[in-house]
Amino acid sequence: MALRQCAIYGKGGIGKSTTTQNLVAALAEAGKKVMIVGCDPKADSTRLILHAKAQNSVMELAAEAGSVEDLELEDVLSVGYGGVKCVESGGPEPGVGCAGRGVITAINFLEEEGAYDDALDFVFYDVLGDVVCGGFAMPIRENKAQEIYIVCSGEMMAMYAANNIAKGIVKYANSGSVRLAGLICNSRNTDREDELIMALAAKLGSQMIHFIPRDNAVQHAEIRRMTVIEFDPTHKQADEYRQLAKKIVDNKKFVIPTPITMDELEELLMEFGIMEVEDTSIIGKKASELAVA
Amino acid sequence: MSALTREETEALIQEVLEVYPEKAKKDRAKHLAVNDQSIEQSKKCITSNRKSLPGVMTIRGCAYAGSKGVVWGPIKDMIHISHGPVGCGQYSRAGRRNYYVGTTGVNSFGTMNFTSDFQEKDIVFGGDKKLAKVMLEIEGLFPLNKGISIQSECPIGLIGDDIEAVAKKTAAETGKPVVPVRCEGFRGVSQSLGHHIANDAIRDWVLPRSEGKAHVSTPYDVAVIGDYNIGGDAWSSRILLEEMGLRVVSQWSGDGTISEMEKTPFVKMNLIHCYRSMNYIARHMEEKYSIPWMEYNFFGPTKVAESLRAIAAHFDDTIKEGAERVIAKYQAMMDEIIAKYKPRLEGKRVMLYVGGLRPRHVIGAYEDLGMEVVGTGYEFGHNDDYDRTIKDMGNATLIYDDVTGFEFEEFVKRVKPDLVGSGIKEKFIFQKMGVPFRQMHSWDYSGPYHGYDGFAIFARDMDMTLNNPCWSKMQAPWLKKVEAVEEKAAA
Repeated sequence: MALRQCAIYGKGGIGKSTTTQNLVAALAEAGKKVMIVGCDPKADSTRLILHAKAQNSVMELAAEAGSVEDLELEDVLSVGYGGVKCVESGGPEPGVGCAGRGVITAINFLEEEGAYDDALDFVFYDVLGDVVCGGFAMPIRENKAQEIYIVCSGEMMAMYAANNIAKGIVKYANSGSVRLAGLICNSRNTDREDELIMALAAKLGSQMIHFIPRDNAVQHAEIRRMTVIEFDPTHKQADEYRQLAKKIVDNKKFVIPTPITMDELEELLMEFGIMEVEDTSIIGKKASELAVA
Repeated sequence: MSALTREETEALIQEVLEVYPEKAKKDRAKHLAVNDQSIEQSKKCITSNRKSLPGVMTIRGCAYAGSKGVVWGPIKDMIHISHGPVGCGQYSRAGRRNYYVGTTGVNSFGTMNFTSDFQEKDIVFGGDKKLAKVMLEIEGLFPLNKGISIQSECPIGLIGDDIEAVAKKTAAETGKPVVPVRCEGFRGVSQSLGHHIANDAIRDWVLPRSEGKAHVSTPYDVAVIGDYNIGGDAWSSRILLEEMGLRVVSQWSGDGTISEMEKTPFVKMNLIHCYRSMNYIARHMEEKYSIPWMEYNFFGPTKVAESLRAIAAHFDDTIKEGAERVIAKYQAMMDEIIAKYKPRLEGKRVMLYVGGLRPRHVIGAYEDLGMEVVGTGYEFGHNDDYDRTIKDMGNATLIYDDVTGFEFEEFVKRVKPDLVGSGIKEKFIFQKMGVPFRQMHSWDYSGPYHGYDGFAIFARDMDMTLNNPCWSKMQAPWLKKVEAVEEKAAA
């Protein structure tokens, strides 16, 4: 089987890292050879696989050694649960330097050092929140990830972010082979969430590949720096991630997304009752003013 | 010599513009003009200080070049850190020929390159810590430095390093001035914004240091501002001012020092040579310290004498007499030079394309030698520069702003000047076309050209370039023979 490179995007705090690691654990359990590349300066994309607080990142080690050329692949690569290979690109603390350049440097390093060997079945890039600059679009450029999964929920801002990410994919899809492979709904228990995300996915020309129900088992495992798959393999939540893993293995629906306008998105939200029909009379009015009226 | 008429010059501009696509043609048309001395405001005939077009050959520099290369670099007792990757500082090192007196590496640092040499990790994690370390190393290795300036290269503006905070902290530790300059190359349309940024940094970080400093004033204290001592220009200027009785308190910035700059708020008058790069600080000192300023021109005996008298007019009779004495003293020497070179240069036509002040300031020097400037233009001038140029240039001469490689070549082919004065990038193009050429940025490794002493060298250089025997050898001998044979046959 040829190496499949997938990138996970989604609004900040939506559960990308947790979902990715649980998914990867399920893939590993099914015998797949997987690597995770964390593309976030916080470097928390591999902790559940490695049972570690934060892995030593490529950029951190490069800074210590002098430059990235002074590093060897084994310096940055750790192996965790189920033989999953883990790398964190790393980057600066908030407010200094350029995290985007860190991602670019780290991914180039991995390529040059031959981290993407033939033995791998999957590489997952876990990318920070929004595609704020070119650096965070690195994983979806030419010859990198071909499949993009967007983690979202039925909350308005999560869907808004998903739509924006779809716009970013269009830019690179037209010049390369990157495609939207589906939305992963990480439930927040909002009303008719699955239908809503399915409707959004349909509008984007894609699919909701799986609906992951909310379950405290994920948090219980996370406190122990473990995935549910490893911590409690018999739990029903573990089966959800196994299903997601299977769907991704079997996935054939890769599309150039058709992002929608803000108006269309609002219409969709209104249709599902998330947003009220706009009452123009209240715009720009303070609470005190409304109380008088 | 056949000068073009107004109509011919206009037609030439139109013809040159023909080659451009519609949009580029429209844009470039605004930057090319036929001079009309009756116009008071240049904005009526020429546009300047606009973004260059992509795809044309422009010879402009960047904001870093304007700050590090022009304004700050020549201050000899400070160390100027090219903050960022190594190239910007290394490939511009010592290229501008700002002469200075001092022992390089001990108490003067003008021709050395100091850089924080950014690596990948400095971009990713920020360069503030490295900058602080570099400055402490400098303090250890070159303890006689009188301060540091931080000249930002492009990446600094992208990664948001707080160089001001580092500057303040290091200054507190070393007790010496540390000046952060935000002159990232991508800012502005040319080096011109770099001059402005550099001036602002002097305003904010250097001049306030004059407060509470002791200074014994005389009524004759002046500062020479905007003379970069290229090939020794400031030296041949300064002696004239001193001979007429003025006291030159500070020289900005050629062969200059930070302590001189700090003393400038005490002077009675600021004398501005390069208006383009230093007018900002002159205006500031006028506002804040009520120091009047004036422009002067030390190229060629006519302009030197005019300027000496204009400067003296601001002072008492002692200085006025001093000015006359200086002019008289050098008169014989000037007459001799003109007697020697004018017959060899009379009637020769010149086209210029240079930077800050020279496109207009050297016109007088050529005229003293009987030569005529028939075309001129600024790399990075603003409209106040062109306002001043219109009056100095003859009617129906060519004016070109941010001229492109193509336009300049075509103009020279058609106007057929006897001499072109521009920079290193133009030099070999025109020499290969068989046109005598002088570098008017660096004085072609010669100089000084300022003042009376400078004029002697200027005249000699123009003569040896223009009347060089090589220009009669432009045709290959075998081609000549054929002609000669043909002529014989025809006869």
